[in-house]
Amino acid sequence: MNPFATLREVRDAVQHGTRSAVEVCTEALARIEAHNPQLNAFNTVTRDEALAQARAVDARADRRSLPLAGVPVAVKDNLCTRGIRTTASSRILERFVPPYDATVVARLQAAGAVVVGKANCDEFAMGSSNENSAFGPARNPWATDRIPGGSSGGSAVAVAAGMSPLALGSDTGGSIRQPAALCGLVGLKPTYGRVSRYGLLAFASSLDQVGPFTRTVEDAAIALSVLAGHDPADATSAPEPVADYVAALGRSATGLRIGVPRTLVHQGVDEEVARAFDEALEVYVRAGATLVDIELPSASAAIPVYYLVATAEASSNLARYDGVRYGFRAKAEGGPGAQDDLRTMYGRTRDEGFGAEVKRRIMLGTYVLSAGYYDAYYLKAQQVRTLIRRDYEHAFESVDVVAMPTSPTPAFRIGERVADPLQMYLADIFTVSANLAGLPAISIPCGFTSGSLPIGLQLTGRVFDESTLLAAAHAYERETSWTSRVPVLSNS
Amino acid sequence: MLAFGMPATFSKAQIEAIAALAHLRLDEGEIELYAKQLGDILEYANQVQNIDTTGVPPTASVAIKHEADRADVVHQSLDRASALANAPDASMDAGLFKVPRVIG
Repeated sequence: MNPFATLREVRDAVQHGTRSAVEVCTEALARIEAHNPQLNAFNTVTRDEALAQARAVDARADRRSLPLAGVPVAVKDNLCTRGIRTTASSRILERFVPPYDATVVARLQAAGAVVVGKANCDEFAMGSSNENSAFGPARNPWATDRIPGGSSGGSAVAVAAGMSPLALGSDTGGSIRQPAALCGLVGLKPTYGRVSRYGLLAFASSLDQVGPFTRTVEDAAIALSVLAGHDPADATSAPEPVADYVAALGRSATGLRIGVPRTLVHQGVDEEVARAFDEALEVYVRAGATLVDIELPSASAAIPVYYLVATAEASSNLARYDGVRYGFRAKAEGGPGAQDDLRTMYGRTRDEGFGAEVKRRIMLGTYVLSAGYYDAYYLKAQQVRTLIRRDYEHAFESVDVVAMPTSPTPAFRIGERVADPLQMYLADIFTVSANLAGLPAISIPCGFTSGSLPIGLQLTGRVFDESTLLAAAHAYERETSWTSRVPVLSNS
Repeated sequence: MLAFGMPATFSKAQIEAIAALAHLRLDEGEIELYAKQLGDILEYANQVQNIDTTGVPPTASVAIKHEADRADVVHQSLDRASALANAPDASMDAGLFKVPRVIG
């Protein structure tokens, strides 16, 4: 089977019995074996477990009705998998083996999907390049000297390189959409509360959301239909009814109102990205959509607000990694028999166990929450967050979706920005506001640079209106052929 | 209390105080690096101070409000052996996590 087959093509073949789940799984594992040494998409490849799952799918009586029958899936390594180590790409969890599955993993498996491995990512999902991984950077299949984006970089690489037609990521400030854009894929961040986070290693709890990477919008709709829904184990998951996202596709763009925040999208955007964005809007207009100029006046402050809120929450969430209940514990100095006191053990464990970016964010978050600075930073950021939400609420009175580039630049070179964290944070300018406002947003392929690097278009929708968002994305996809282009890999 | 006019760099003592709160035993190189980088990031973040938020309530969560209470029913959770299995030091027999001495 073509390694770049879509989720639906794989699923249909297994449902109809033209391919077995074991055959599909074996091919995916061979593809991973051939390309993972170069691309570093996976921290752990679950060969034996995957083949066992595939055999179980082939034996299921209800195989013909499984929405993800035999579909190989890469799971970001910050989602718990029972009996399979889950590291968050951190040394502190290098040997952590969860005793339970994340709800999204259980849902995928119940739907017939086969987990082929745990995907590389930035440590604890903190980063925009996948360079902050204790297991080394993942590489972009379109140009292996470049980053795939982050933090869900390995998930994006797995799908872009034809290792699996589906991957799960998490998105706190753009960590699904930005790597999807830089790797030429569809990446969906659902509404806050739409998908369960039980079993997701928490980074910033008021922002984190789980979502799929796929090759097409239809595949994203199929995946979301499996992932979405209330989970009693996650108090923030919403009881709102789940729509039929696949049935929502196929609408024409006629009558679709697309908001374009002109002031925002013309700041610091790469020329080729800006041109691809403008051309995408023209495609929509030709297809019958209407463009509406909108203002999101507070969105220009989204980056500072995001880095104040996210680091504050991270400093609290990561307090649990203390070398007592799970994970790494540093050895006492002084050789055999030496013992630290408890506080020294905590401090040494966390200093040795966490990487530089995670420590930087814990430090920043601890500072902005500390006595005397809480009001000036954390509270102030939460107030501006309210203004950002209101900007979108106001915009959605006159538009159905908001369009922006996903990333201001195409994939940059590995190492180019590591010395300047602030420069790295600016990569998130167009993505963080959807998290701050809790809105669903999707990145879809909208072109390539002259150097053949993918460019992404981001659409943001109303709360719990993934149907309109996916339909709008699908209307564009049908008018273009970007999704059929695939990277050329060595030894493929 | 106010962030205005705060220095763009942190002193070594300030970084050590934050690190102590966060239980991070940073080395000298890290202290120097974070003193500069945290200063740079906060200087950039200070732009939020220019936004008028008079009377604006803070957003702590974007979760849709719904019934927070669940039925008070006992259900199966992790057994003790599973809960202890990932501990770097545990007494499986006694069912305890073990930590270094707390009082010197």
